[in-house]
Amino acid sequence: MADTHSVIGTKNKKGQTFTDTWKMMNDAPRTPSFYTGSEVIKEALRRASCDVMIAYPITPQSEAAALIGELFAEGYIGDYFRGESEFAVMSQCAGAAFGGARVFTTTAGPGTMRAMENFPMWSGARLPIQMIVTCRGINSPLSIQPDTLEIAYLLNTGMLVWHAETAQDFFDWILKGYMVSEEPDVHLPLALCCDGFFVTHTKDVVNLTPADMCLPPYDPYRSPVPCMDMECPPVRMMRDPFVMKSNYISYATHASWQQEVWAAVERSRKHTIKWLNGLIETENTDAEVIIVASGTAVSQGREAIRLLEDEGIRCGLVKVKVLRPWPGEEIREATKNAKHIIVPEFNVTGWLAKEIKATIPNSERVHAGPRVCGGMTMPPEIIVSEIKTLLGIHTVSMASRG
Amino acid sequence: MGICLPNPGEAHINGVIVPEEKAYEEAAKQFLMAKVPTIFPGPLVLWAWNEKAAKKATAIRHLYNTLKECVQPGQTPMLIPMPDYRPKYPKINPEVEINPNHPNLTIWHNKIDCCMFVGVHCHQANLALKIIRGGTSCYTVAMCAQAGHEDAMLSFRDASVEKIMKLAEWVRKLKGTVQPRLTSAKSGASN
Repeated sequence: MADTHSVIGTKNKKGQTFTDTWKMMNDAPRTPSFYTGSEVIKEALRRASCDVMIAYPITPQSEAAALIGELFAEGYIGDYFRGESEFAVMSQCAGAAFGGARVFTTTAGPGTMRAMENFPMWSGARLPIQMIVTCRGINSPLSIQPDTLEIAYLLNTGMLVWHAETAQDFFDWILKGYMVSEEPDVHLPLALCCDGFFVTHTKDVVNLTPADMCLPPYDPYRSPVPCMDMECPPVRMMRDPFVMKSNYISYATHASWQQEVWAAVERSRKHTIKWLNGLIETENTDAEVIIVASGTAVSQGREAIRLLEDEGIRCGLVKVKVLRPWPGEEIREATKNAKHIIVPEFNVTGWLAKEIKATIPNSERVHAGPRVCGGMTMPPEIIVSEIKTLLGIHTVSMASRG
Repeated sequence: MGICLPNPGEAHINGVIVPEEKAYEEAAKQFLMAKVPTIFPGPLVLWAWNEKAAKKATAIRHLYNTLKECVQPGQTPMLIPMPDYRPKYPKINPEVEINPNHPNLTIWHNKIDCCMFVGVHCHQANLALKIIRGGTSCYTVAMCAQAGHEDAMLSFRDASVEKIMKLAEWVRKLKGTVQPRLTSAKSGASN
């Protein structure tokens, strides 16, 4: 039987040392590097001991997928290929994970939507695949610009869903993500989302762990389901009686199965808190006005807070790092003193505001906006303007700015 | 669902995290109180796919033999395998096996009022434990090799040969000190 811990300190074929992940992420020296988000994905994967990477090109994830091809050519990835479509890619990822491989993929926007059928299947089959979602518009007319609407569709798939703000988040969370999703009591796929272009195509200083250290390999013997076995569920469940029968036990099995997937999402809470140091980050939660946001809306919120401070208006911030499991208790606690809760979002429906409204008491405190969509940027002045309007402070109309 | 599972060195009883030692005592008590205490070994210990599995299987047989030695007349310990996870229709033979997708058949048929899962893949164990919990009043114990089971009423984690042997020791230690539930009309196995 494979034993993950027994390989710590030994070297892989590229000369990297399998390193205790906690030490690698928390104690190892970091090197500041100036990279795009896509390059950061590549650098994280260089250290991830990934067995299989499969993707189909779609903007804005194509660059990351192509860069990972270079890693394959260099010998850092076990196998790498382009699928026939996003649906094919996610099915092929499932096959690789069923077989006991550590799997990585990237997608975006319409690609996420096209592959959607696979995601509840991944969860139900308990496959700890990691999928980077570089969010973009999904609607017609076609837009490749940043828009986070696709995250709303991922929230009920049974996947873990995290939303990175920066390239640094991305680097750390790709590596930590495997540690959470591969825990035997979790063992679920992770959708690690970011706002496309804003994170993937801009350069930022990212502190990288040493390139000669890598994660311990995935140990499929810790899986809560057997590796690929065409005679046993979860593979055989797809064509066997308990799925097809209309009887009580068929329903009971399905109900238990779904409950187990969502229980596993909940069980990830403990591990996620340990690795990400909490599901949320907070600043000034004693303020009367608090911005609650995820992804790059957090960055815009920070800037708005700075502008408001210049005018003597104090405002707090809650950065929601993890969407599944949902940090309901943390958000309730962080917003208990707030009279106004502002939720800026890069999508038209305001899914984050809806989640927060469903979580906290006195939900009329939630102001679901400002929201931009279709690739629009969100100048911090818009957030400032909405907050001042809520506080009854006269503001100059932003409309005249065109 | 989604209770916090024990850390290494701990166990849980009804969702409350306890030192592992307390769980040995409680599990042994439940075995000795039951009319039909039953061990359900799963595929991970039913086949000698590695040396550790073979040793665990021997330890489980030892636990079963210890149970048989320590119970009182009228108590009937059983060892019923869960050989695989295939759905079997129209139904399994509940006298010879248990199916994770339909575990209550085996519980009902044999009037099992306390059972222990060991060597069952975690997802399949949780599936079966949920259905047992929902459809019977059988007391469930999990001797889990990984992180433990929230769906069992009592769960160990990081199961090893030593832990299984230690549970057998506790059963022997409590022999004669626990009153069996022999007078119970339903034997705890009702639906």
